[in-house]
Amino acid sequence: MRKSPLPSEITPQAIYLERRKILAQMGLGLAGALGAGAAPSALASTGQKLTGYQSTAYGHDEKLTTYDNITTYNNFYEFGTDKEDPASHAGSLKTRPWTLTFEGALKRPRQMGVDDLMRLFPLEERIYRMRCVEAWSMVIPWVGFPLQKLIQWAEPTAQAKYVEFVSLADPAQMPGLRRAVLDWPYTEGLRMDEAQHPLTLMAVGLYGEILPNQNGAPLRLVVPWKYGFKGIKSIVKIRFRDTMPVTSWMKANSAEYGFYSNVNPAVDHPRWSQATERRIGGGLFEARRKTLPFNGYAEEVASLYNGMDLKKYF
Amino acid sequence: MNLDKRGVFLLALLPLLWISWLAFHNTLGANPVERVIHFTGLWTLYFLLITLSITPLRRLLGWNALLRIRRMLGLFAFFYGTLHLLSYAGIDQWFTWQAIIHDIVKHPYILIGVSGYVLMLPLALTSNAWAVSKLKARWKQLHRLAYVVPALGVLHFAWLVKKDMNEPLLYGALLLVLLALRLPLFSQWRFSR
Repeated sequence: MRKSPLPSEITPQAIYLERRKILAQMGLGLAGALGAGAAPSALASTGQKLTGYQSTAYGHDEKLTTYDNITTYNNFYEFGTDKEDPASHAGSLKTRPWTLTFEGALKRPRQMGVDDLMRLFPLEERIYRMRCVEAWSMVIPWVGFPLQKLIQWAEPTAQAKYVEFVSLADPAQMPGLRRAVLDWPYTEGLRMDEAQHPLTLMAVGLYGEILPNQNGAPLRLVVPWKYGFKGIKSIVKIRFRDTMPVTSWMKANSAEYGFYSNVNPAVDHPRWSQATERRIGGGLFEARRKTLPFNGYAEEVASLYNGMDLKKYF
Repeated sequence: MNLDKRGVFLLALLPLLWISWLAFHNTLGANPVERVIHFTGLWTLYFLLITLSITPLRRLLGWNALLRIRRMLGLFAFFYGTLHLLSYAGIDQWFTWQAIIHDIVKHPYILIGVSGYVLMLPLALTSNAWAVSKLKARWKQLHRLAYVVPALGVLHFAWLVKKDMNEPLLYGALLLVLLALRLPLFSQWRFSR
């Protein structure tokens, strides 16, 4: 497994400084006065500390996106469509008690509280790149457990070919549901082998703390080689099925959002380029970086798609 | 009522001052480049719509002094449009022409935006008194492009929005109202007298 970033991901300091100098000379002003780093934290983290999780080697060479940026720049349409909306409005989400329902192609249907699930599986920290379909990216230190373990525990039958995930859709807690921006509840899906891949994570924490509401508390999916919207938040139901689920974004626009939605610089979104991305926290004068196939996790996951035309199955 | 041109000029500079202030204090948010591009794009559209509202407002309110600021407002639309284009080509794309040309060719919303800007160029260039007297009747014809440019702006905006169309639809509706007020049906409307 490749655990360090490709050299191409890191802008060498010298080139970076040179670029800033060029910009300054071009008279775009400001360049010299502006640092590229994030502003000092204005937002104190209020999360509850998670204890007893294992550190892993994933992504340790990456520069982490700040807690502020990860928790104030979110797509979570249940709380509004602006990036700042989830941070402003997700306070109304009640994450305890929280029950997950498992149904479909299982030996028997199950229900389980999220705290019990967190006790059932050892937690680990995984630093993953997150590439949004809107062509920006972050590096996020998640805490969670592999979905693989949850699936083993749930005991799906041989009929289970796909996993469907469903988010909470409670208008009393989620003001964004008043508008039919998407077909609620938010629904996502994975093929069984994708769901069981060791990289696929159920996250319950961030930066060593309980997951903030705006990031999908209490439990969310993280599939680092796919566009961010596949990482469904605040999950209440997991359904094992023999047919491919139709996700919310596929319903919204099937020409733009496919079931797989693997990060792929060679396949543009019909309306914008996916060849490059902007790393959040890079500041006003940092260049875009090249987007990597499967978001840089090709070595681990490309074999899942052997023989598939990824232009067709986007 | 008197209208102080210098006052309007300073007011129109406030958006630029605001975004520069945020930039200097490093408080442009998580995605500063996107913020600057959206901000300058929105103000381009705002100034295009404000400029278009002058003629109907003058008639409805009977306030002729408004005409004196129309040209300046139109030029501010061009000014913010220039900043918008420069922030896209400069801080977003690093003037990598290959990527920009690819973007224009492959992504219609970029093409529409660039077209809107290109159509503003002759308007900005002929906004002086010399051009008005030189072009005579043709000047008026040429400046009807001021109806087309904001339509391209709204389309450019609508085309890039991922899902939530509320904002571009609002500006589209405003534009339709401003254009409708010019139809013969409404051209006799007055508020005063």
